[in-house]
Amino acid sequence: MNKVSKDNFTQEKYKYGFVTEIESEKIPKGLNEDVIKLISKKKNEPEWMLEWRLSAFKRLENMSVPKWAKAEIDEIDFQDLYYYSSPKDFKEKPKSLDEVDPKLLETYEKLGIPLKEQKVLAGVAVDAVFDSVSVATTFKEKLNEIGVIFCPISEAIQKHPELVKKYIGSVIPVTDHFYATLNSAVFSDGSFVYIPKGVKCPMELSTYFRINASETGQFERTLIIADEGSYVSYLEGCTAPMRDENQLHAANVELVALDDAEIKYSTVQNWYPGDENGKGGIYNFVTKRGLCKGKNSKISWTQIETGSAITWKYPSCILRGDNSTGEFYSVAITNNYQQADTGTKMIHLGKNTKSRIISKGISAGKSSNTYRGLVSFHKKANNAKNFTQCDSLLVGSECKANTIPLTENSSNSSSIEHEATTSKISDEQLFYCMQRGLDAEEAQSLIVNGFCKEVLQKLPMEFAVEAQKLVSISLEGSVG
Amino acid sequence: MLEIKNLNVTVEEKQILKNLNLNIGKGEVHAIMGPNGSGKSTIAHTLAGKPNYNVDSGEVNLNGEDLLSKDPYERSLNGLFLAFQYPIELPGVTNASYLKQIVNAHRKSRKETPIDAGEFLKILKEKSKLLDIPMDMHSRFVNAGFSGGEKKKNEVLQMDLLNPSLIIMDETDSGLDVDALKTTADAINKLRNDERSFIIITHYLRLLEYIEPDYVHVFQNGSVIETGDKTLASRIDQEGYS
Repeated sequence: MNKVSKDNFTQEKYKYGFVTEIESEKIPKGLNEDVIKLISKKKNEPEWMLEWRLSAFKRLENMSVPKWAKAEIDEIDFQDLYYYSSPKDFKEKPKSLDEVDPKLLETYEKLGIPLKEQKVLAGVAVDAVFDSVSVATTFKEKLNEIGVIFCPISEAIQKHPELVKKYIGSVIPVTDHFYATLNSAVFSDGSFVYIPKGVKCPMELSTYFRINASETGQFERTLIIADEGSYVSYLEGCTAPMRDENQLHAANVELVALDDAEIKYSTVQNWYPGDENGKGGIYNFVTKRGLCKGKNSKISWTQIETGSAITWKYPSCILRGDNSTGEFYSVAITNNYQQADTGTKMIHLGKNTKSRIISKGISAGKSSNTYRGLVSFHKKANNAKNFTQCDSLLVGSECKANTIPLTENSSNSSSIEHEATTSKISDEQLFYCMQRGLDAEEAQSLIVNGFCKEVLQKLPMEFAVEAQKLVSISLEGSVG
Repeated sequence: MLEIKNLNVTVEEKQILKNLNLNIGKGEVHAIMGPNGSGKSTIAHTLAGKPNYNVDSGEVNLNGEDLLSKDPYERSLNGLFLAFQYPIELPGVTNASYLKQIVNAHRKSRKETPIDAGEFLKILKEKSKLLDIPMDMHSRFVNAGFSGGEKKKNEVLQMDLLNPSLIIMDETDSGLDVDALKTTADAINKLRNDERSFIIITHYLRLLEYIEPDYVHVFQNGSVIETGDKTLASRIDQEGYS
C-alpha cells in the first residue's frame, strides 16, 4: 500500500518548527534566589509578588519531581536552564503594535496568528507570549470599554494587584507539587482575564504561546476570573521550534468562576513533538485547575493535545458551589515516540454538582497514551453525578494505550457512570474508504476525525476546522 | 475494457483463482454465479486491490492500463467501483460528510474544485430519492446501525455519485426484501449505458430478472467452467450447479 518515505513527512509535518532570528536577552542559567529576584525586577514587580515567589522557592527546596506518570522522562537539570528570555531591548511592552519589532509580527503572521487588529479573525482577541514576555495584546481597549480586563499577567500584577493578590494561588496552592511550585517561583508571563459581574464577554479571548529561545524553559502563568453571572470563552495555542534538546514548559493555569458564571477554556497544544526517533520535543508539564466557587457556576475544559514529547496535564475542576458543573473534553494524539499522560480530576464538594468527562486517546507509532482521571465525591456532595467516557483508538500495533480511572465516593446519594472502549482502525475500514478513492492518509484521517468528533465540536467555531486539520497532520506517516 | 488473463490468486496460502480468463466489453453486463467458495468474491476483491489477495501470476487490464500495479484508491479514481457484500461501518463519520469527501476525492483527481455544499445537497437529494433513501439517513454515521437494505442502497448511492466505468457488485441482492430489490435494481438499470460495464456476482436468479445480463459465467474451483446468455441463469436456478 501507499508507502511514502518518513522523511517527507517530518519535513511537512511540523510547520511551526522555524526559529525567529532575533537577539534575545537571557538572565544567567540556574535556579536560585538571585534568579528569582532578577525575574521579579525585570517584571517591575511590587515587593509582595517577590515575597510570594521566594516563599514558593523555599518550599521547592524540599520537594522532588513527581515520578508517578506513565512516562519515561530524562532527568532534568534544573540548574542548567534559562528561566527568563526576552527579545533584546524589550524593556517595556510596546504601547501599540506599531512599536512591536516587525520580526515578531512576522513570526506570528507565519504561525497564522496575525496581530494587526484589522487582519485578525473577527471576534478573537489575542495575547501573544514570546518566550518569557507578552509582546502584544489585541482588542485590549475595546474590551476595556465593557470592563473586561485582558492583559499579560505581568501587567495585571502592577495595575490590578487587588485582584491578583486575592486569586493567585487560590486554586493551585503554592505547595501543590514540584512543577506547580517551580512555576510559582519563576513564572514569567501568561494572560490575566477578569470578566465583571453580569458581562458576557463578546469576543473569544486567546493567548498564543511561542517558545523561541533555546535551552530556555517557559513558565506560563494564567489567571482567569469570571465574576457573578459572567461568561467567557478562552483559547490557548502553543508552538515551538524543532530542536534536538528537550525544552520544558511548566505552566500554571487557574480559573475561578463565581455564582452563575461560566468559563470555557480550550487548548490546542501543538508544541514540537520531537522527531520520528523521539529526539527533542517539549516536556509539557502543566497544572490546570478551575474552581467553581459559586453556585450554578460552570467550568469547561476542552483540549486538543497533539504536540510535545511528553504531555503531563490534568485540567481539573473543584466543584465547590452547589449545582456547579465541570466538564472535560479531550483529544490526545501521540505518534512516533511521544508520551501523553493526561486526564482530569473532578472534585465534587457541593450539592447537586455534575461533571462530564469525554476523553479520546489516539496512539500511533511507538507512542504511549494514558488517560488518568479521578472523580471524587465528598460527604456533602449530595446528588452529585458524573459521567465518564474514555475511548482509545490504536493505529498500528506498536503503540500503547492505558486507562486509569479512579473514583472516591464518600457521598451516599451520588452516581458515577463510566464507559470505556478500545478499538483499532481496521484494515477493512481503510480498504473500504480507499475503494471509494481516498488514499491511505485521507482514509485514516477520516476515521480518526470521526472518532474524536464529539470533542472537536466543543471547540469555538473559528478553531474547529484548524483542529481537524491538525488531527490529520499529527498522524501523518503512521500508515503504510 | 476489462481483460483478465490467466489470473492466479492466493489468499492466506490457499490458491483460490486458477488460470482465470474473462473479457468484458464496454457497456456489457456480466453475471457471475457459482457455489460458495468458487472464487466469486475473490475476483471482486482482487480487482479492487484488497490487501492479502496475492496475485501469483496473470494480467488484468482496465481501459488499456495495467490494473494490478495500482493502489486501491487509484483503481477507484480510474473508474472501478466495488459494491461490498458487507459494507463497513465508520462510527463518528456522518454519511453526508463521507459521501461529500469521496465525491471530492474524485473531483480532485480530475483537477476540479471541491463541490459546493449547496450543489452537493441538491444532487444528494435527487439521487437519494431514486433509491427511496430518506435524507435523515445521511446525518447518521456511515453504515453504523443501518439495516441490511439501507447498507446496500447506500452502496448503490455511492456508485451513482462516483460515476464509475466498471461496477462490480458483490451479492448486492443479499439482505434486500422484494420491494427494496426492485427499487435498487431500477436505480442500477438507470446507471446502465454504452460506456459502463457491470460484473454482478449473485447466487440468485431474482436480481438477474430485474437487471438483464448480456453474459452469465459459472465459476467453479476458481475458474470459469461455463459461459452463456441469461438463459443459463434460469437453468442453474432450476437445476443447480451440478
